[in-house]
Formats: sequence, structure tokens, C-alpha cells
Amino acid sequence: MSRHATAFLVPALLFGLWWASASEGWLPQQLLPAPMAVWDALADTAASGDLWADLLISLQRVGEGFALGALAGLVFGGAIGLSRTLRTLLNPLFLLLAQIPPLAWIPLVILAVGIDEAMKVTVIAWASFVPVVLGVAQGIRDVPARLRELGRALTFGPWDLVSRIVFPAAVPAIFTGLREGLANAWQTLVAAELFASSEGLGYLISLGRQLFQLDLVLAMVVVLGIVGLAVNGALALVERRLLRWQTIAP
Amino acid sequence: MSEIAVVMAARSVWRPVLMSLVAPALLIVLWQAIVATHLVAPYILPSPATVLARFQNELDGGTFWGDVAASLSRALGGFALGAPAGLAFGLLLGLSRLAGRLFGPIFLAYRQIALFAWVPLLSLWFGGGEAGKLAFIAISAFAPATVNTWRAAATIPAPYRELSRALIFGRLDHLRLIALPSALPGILTGLRSALIHAWLATVGAELFLDIAPGLGGRLNEGRDKFEVDLMIVALTALAVLGLGFSQLAAAAERRSIRWSRR
Repeated sequence: MSRHATAFLVPALLFGLWWASASEGWLPQQLLPAPMAVWDALADTAASGDLWADLLISLQRVGEGFALGALAGLVFGGAIGLSRTLRTLLNPLFLLLAQIPPLAWIPLVILAVGIDEAMKVTVIAWASFVPVVLGVAQGIRDVPARLRELGRALTFGPWDLVSRIVFPAAVPAIFTGLREGLANAWQTLVAAELFASSEGLGYLISLGRQLFQLDLVLAMVVVLGIVGLAVNGALALVERRLLRWQTIAP
Repeated sequence: MSEIAVVMAARSVWRPVLMSLVAPALLIVLWQAIVATHLVAPYILPSPATVLARFQNELDGGTFWGDVAASLSRALGGFALGAPAGLAFGLLLGLSRLAGRLFGPIFLAYRQIALFAWVPLLSLWFGGGEAGKLAFIAISAFAPATVNTWRAAATIPAPYRELSRALIFGRLDHLRLIALPSALPGILTGLRSALIHAWLATVGAELFLDIAPGLGGRLNEGRDKFEVDLMIVALTALAVLGLGFSQLAAAAERRSIRWSRR
């Protein structure tokens, strides 16, 4: 059997089991709706336009929050990575705050900035900020000493040293941080929308739960999986492009 | 050692500690200044003294230790359910090429779904009480344990595998004497990650599912009653506990790396 066929064997079996369970009534519809019901829920929300509107809002929230958090993370992570003084001053406090799960901030942020967009963007930004800072700082500190020496031997100034040696060498770690930040942003978005929202994919899920429409819940879970896959794939593509030079000179 | 050397040594030890206290101290001064100048209403930002008094209050007559114990035991309970299952599944995926091909892709697809998307489903299946919370924490711990064990077990160095063949090890001996020790660092990384995810999921479950004793429940209570002092106490407790968790996990991992270098 070919590689691809084996990959689809188990999903196909599970799907068959699900189908059989629904048509034979092994489990009540409230616990596990039929595949067709899930498909219908998906088609309905897509046809009515709700799916696209809510997807757009969710993507927008992730985009804004991640852009803010990642940018701030690059700056802050770069600062504590490059300056030992700033590191000893700020790192302990940052590490302490980083221990608090991002969504634990939600109740407090709601009181501070209200329940609307500002709350979601703030929490998502913080959730992406933390791993980016860790990745950038780690990447800069792990730049091999011989590379820095090379820079000094070539009498690079501080700017050239950072832009030509430290930054390129730290790119893989920075990307690990960015990817983790994006994953965190996505997770936090769903959490924030479940917690308090009237739009977005997370809202559709919590609506389905309140109405006991498990078909809608499952349909949105599938959408979340597909979007997560697409976002991850896009970032991996960017990473490969930026890292192409590394394969030339390992 | 001369006196000067002692002083110098003490200074070099204490200097980073002192410096690391500068930022929190400045933060508290700033906080106090904001409160003193009435820039922000006290019900939004209570003074440090109020928060401290609240903490004392929670310690004396409140349920603080009960909440901490409830959250910790929930996290460890979910971890104990999810992590061993993930370890076993990861070993299966890593050691059996067939299992890896059969279950690997669907597992990777499953991982793409945001964790919290499972909350509504699990609460419908298991209810919003303790069972639903434990189920959510368990599946949160399951995935990182699986991924890391899988990767570690699939990349056992060829010489080890050859050694196992040369010694004509059976399956059990191969697992016990070659595969497990060789994959151990990866497995421990997975368990560390599983522990941290279990902790995150505990807070999530307490925030999203039915109110029960626990720090997440106290955060919700603080929001409902508009008691920011209670929320700051709960958040600080979460930070300190999280620091404890990650220190513990990092120490365990350092030990294992020392062992693997031997």
C-alpha cells in the first residue's frame, strides 16, 4: 500500500464508524450528530454568509493582536538579548509575568478595557508577545561567539554587527518564537471568543453549545482546524524562504 | 579568603538578585503613584496596600489554600490521565512504522484544532463539572507528550538499533534496554511540556466551565463582583505557581540531560 493510502486509512475508518453510528443510532444525536448534519451546518453557515463574516472577524483579531504582540516582542526581546544590563533588570519580572496563562488575564482585561475588540486584541497581543520575546532573546544569546569575533575582526560597528551577524544567525530561533506566538494567538483568540463575544468562530462554537447544536460546534471545529493548518503552512513557507541561505553555507 | 574577596564574592552573587528587584520595585512605586494621584479610580486599580490586605484576609479567613490545592490537584489529575496515554501513543507511533503511517497524519491534523475549541464539546459530553474539567486537562497534556515521545522514539540513532539487532534482542528487551533509554530526554521534554499545558488547561477549564473551588474560579468571582484586589491576588498566585512548575520541570530535564551525557 502506498504511503498516502495508509495515511487516509484510519481517517476513512473513523469516518465510516461515525457514519454507521449515526445511521444505526448507536449514540444519541445530541452527543454525536450525523456527518451529514455537520456538513449541512457547515453549508448553511457558508451559504448565509455568517461563516465568512465570522471567519473574517476572527482572522482580523488574530492579525491585529499578533502584529502588535510580535512587533513589541521583537523590540523587547532584541533589547534584553543585546544588553546584559537590561536583561538583568527586566528579565526576572518578565519571566514571572510570563508564567500567568494569557487567558487568565481575560477577566481583569475585561474590567480594564471592556469586553469588545480592545480586550481580544490586548490578550492576543500578550499571548504572542511572550514566546516572541523568549525566542528572540534566546536566539541572540546563542549566536556563536566565533561569528561575533568575525564581526569584530572585520571592524563592524554595532549596527553592522547586529544587522549582518547577530540577526541573521538568530533567525531560526526568532522564527520558532514567531510560530509559537502565532499558535498562541490563535489559541487565545478561540478562548477569548468563547469567553465573551458576539462575533467570530469562537462565538459560533459557544452559540452551538448554548443551543445544543453539536453539528454547528463540530463544523466550526473543522473550520478551526483547516484555518490553523493554513496559517501554520504559510508561516513555514516564509521561514523556508528566509532560511534559504543557510542551506548554501551550513 | 581575605575579607575583600568575601565581600566581592558576596557582591557578585547578590548583584543580579538586587538588580532583578529594581523593575518590580519601580512597578510598585508607579502603581502607588497612580493610586495616590487618583489617575485611575480605586475600583479599577486598588492600592498595593489594599491588595496586600486582601491577601492577608484570604489567608486568614478565606479559602486561598483550598483554591490552590484544588487547582493543583486538578492539574496533576489531568496530567496523570493524559501524559501516560500520550507517552504510550507516542512510543507506538515512533517505534512501529506502520502505526506511524496509520495514525500519524490524523494525529497531526487533530493537533491543528485550537485546544479551546474542545471545551464546548467536552462540556456537552462530560458536563461542566469535575469530569469535563479533567477531560479537557487530560487532552491538553496528551498532545505534547505524544509529539515529543514520537519524535524521540522515531529518531533512535542507527548504531543503537544495530546494537539491538546484533544482540538479537526481542521486542521487549529492545524497548526496555534500547528504545526507552535512548528516547528518555525527548520523553522528559514531552512530560515537561505536558505538565505546563496541563497547568494552562486547568486555568482555562476553571474559567470556562462550572464554577468550583480553584484560582480560575476566583478570577471569575473577582470579575463578577468587580473585586480587582481579589483578581490581582489570584493572578499573583498563578504566576508564583507557574514559576514553581517550570522550575521543577526544568530541573527534572537538567537531571535527565546530565544522565544522558554519562
